[in-house]
Amino acid sequence: MTLLDTLVQGVLLGGLYALFAAGLSLVFGIMRLVNLAHGDLIVMAAYLILGVTSALGLNPFAAVLIAAPVMFAAGWLLQTYVLNRVLGEDILPPLLVTFGLSVVIQNGLLQGFSADSRKLAAGAIEAQSLALGPISVGVMPLLTLISAVVVIFALNRLFYRTALGRAFRATSDDAVTAQLMGIRPQSVFAIATGIAMVVATIAALYLGVRSNFDPSIGPARLLYAFEAVIIGGLGSLWGTLAGGIVIGVAQALGAVVNPEWQILSGHVAFVAVLLLRPRGLFPRAND
Amino acid sequence: MTALLDILGLTANYGDFQALFGVDLHLGAGETVAIIGANGAGKTTLMRAITGIVRAGGSITLDGKNITALPAPEVLMQGIAMVPEGRKLFASLSVEENLLIGAHARKGNGQWSVDAIYQLFPVLKDRRLAPGTALSGGQQQMVAIGRALMSNPRVLLCDEISLGLAPVVIRDIYAAVPRIKAAGTSIIVVEQDIGQALKIADRVYCMMEGRVTLTGTPATLSRDAIHNAYFGVSA
Repeated sequence: MTLLDTLVQGVLLGGLYALFAAGLSLVFGIMRLVNLAHGDLIVMAAYLILGVTSALGLNPFAAVLIAAPVMFAAGWLLQTYVLNRVLGEDILPPLLVTFGLSVVIQNGLLQGFSADSRKLAAGAIEAQSLALGPISVGVMPLLTLISAVVVIFALNRLFYRTALGRAFRATSDDAVTAQLMGIRPQSVFAIATGIAMVVATIAALYLGVRSNFDPSIGPARLLYAFEAVIIGGLGSLWGTLAGGIVIGVAQALGAVVNPEWQILSGHVAFVAVLLLRPRGLFPRAND
Repeated sequence: MTALLDILGLTANYGDFQALFGVDLHLGAGETVAIIGANGAGKTTLMRAITGIVRAGGSITLDGKNITALPAPEVLMQGIAMVPEGRKLFASLSVEENLLIGAHARKGNGQWSVDAIYQLFPVLKDRRLAPGTALSGGQQQMVAIGRALMSNPRVLLCDEISLGLAPVVIRDIYAAVPRIKAAGTSIIVVEQDIGQALKIADRVYCMMEGRVTLTGTPATLSRDAIHNAYFGVSA
C-alpha cells in the first residue's frame, strides 16, 4: 500500500507542477517565447492574492477572482509594451529581457514584502483529507490536480474549438501569412500572455496555500515548469500535464528512498526522458 | 473604366537591394489583370507591397483611399486579399479551419461562406477535416483561394497559383475565375504561364527587373512584343 500511496501523492503533486507549467507551455506554443520570469510572475501573483486577502478580508479562493483579471492585464501590458518589442528571428533578446524581468520582480518583491516567508490561509480545508479506499488524500492536493486538469482541458478547448484558438494556431504556424488573414500577431500574443497570467494566478493560489513562499522561490518554480513542458513535448498542453505528473511521481518515489533525494529524483527523471525521447512524450507533429 | 486599385511610382527594397523601380498599375472594378514576367522580375514583391507585407514607396490607392503605409491586417480589412505564392496553408489547421481563418477579420456576412467555397471547389468538402497540408498541391491551392475569398475581398491577388501543378489541375483552378469575377471581385493574377495569363486577363502587364516593360490587352499584344518584354531580347 505504501507504493500505491506514494504514487497517488506523486500524481497529486504533479498537478501543482502542471499548473506552474501550463502558462509557460501556452506562451511557448504560440510565440516560441521561453519566459524566464514565469516562476517569478507566479510568486508575484501569490503576493497579489495575499494583498487582496488581507486588504478585503477575503478567502484566497475568492481573492483569485480579483487577482486573475489584474494579472491578465499585467500580462497583456507586459507583452504589448515589452515582449512584443523583442520577439523576432533572434531568440536571444526575449531570453535576456525575461531574465532581467525575473531579477526585477524578485528584487521588487523583496523591497515591498521583505524576505520573510508568507503563506495564504485558506482555513480548515488545508488540513482536510478524504479516505479513498486504503489511502488517504489531502483535499488541497486533490483540488490542485483537479484544477490542473480543468485548466488544461479549458485551454485545449480554447485552442482547438474557438476562433481565438484558431488565430493562436495560425499565428504560431506562420505569423506573416496570419497577417494576410487580418490577424495582428502582436495583439494575439498579448491575449495569450494575459491568459497565461490567469493560469499563473491559479498556480499561485495552490502554491501559496500549500506551502510558504518568499520572493526568491520563483526560479525553482520555473525549473519545474520548464521540465514539465519539455517532458510533455513543447507546445502540447496535455503533454505538459503528463510532464508535471512524471516529475511529481519521480519526486515522491525519490523521497521514499531518501528524503534528500526528492528534488534530485525529479531532475533525474527529466534527464532520463530527454535521453530516451528528446522531443518529449507528446511532441507536436509540425515542430 | 475608373480604377479601383491605383498604383503609382511604387518602389520597394530588401535592404540595399531595390526590387521595384516606380511601378504603375491600374485595376478597374470587375477587371482581371495578369502580371507576367520571369523569375526575379519583381512580381511577388509587387504583391507583397500591395498587401503591406513589404514596405513600399510611391502610392497605392484603393477606391480613392491611400493605403500605401497600412500594415497587412489593415490592408485586408480595406478589401484586398492575397493567395500567397506557395499557398502557405496553416499546417495545424484543418481544411475547414483554414477557410474559416480567412474570415477572421470580416464583419457580417457577404458573398462567400464555407458552403459557397465548397460549391466552388466540391472536392474540398470531403477533405474538410483533413489537415490543410495533407492535401494534394492542387487541392491546397483551392483551399488557399477559398481562404482568401472568405474575407469577401474587393480585390483578389493571386500569386503564381499554377506553379508546380499539373495542366489538368491548373485548368480546374482557373475554371473558378469567372465565378469569382461574377461575385464582383476584381482580380490580379501573377503568372509565369503566358498562355494561361492571356486566356483569362482583360489586360496584361509584363515586368522585368522591377519595372513594367509592356502593357496592353491580350488581343493587341504580339508574341514578339511579349517575348521582348519578358526576356529583354528580341525573338
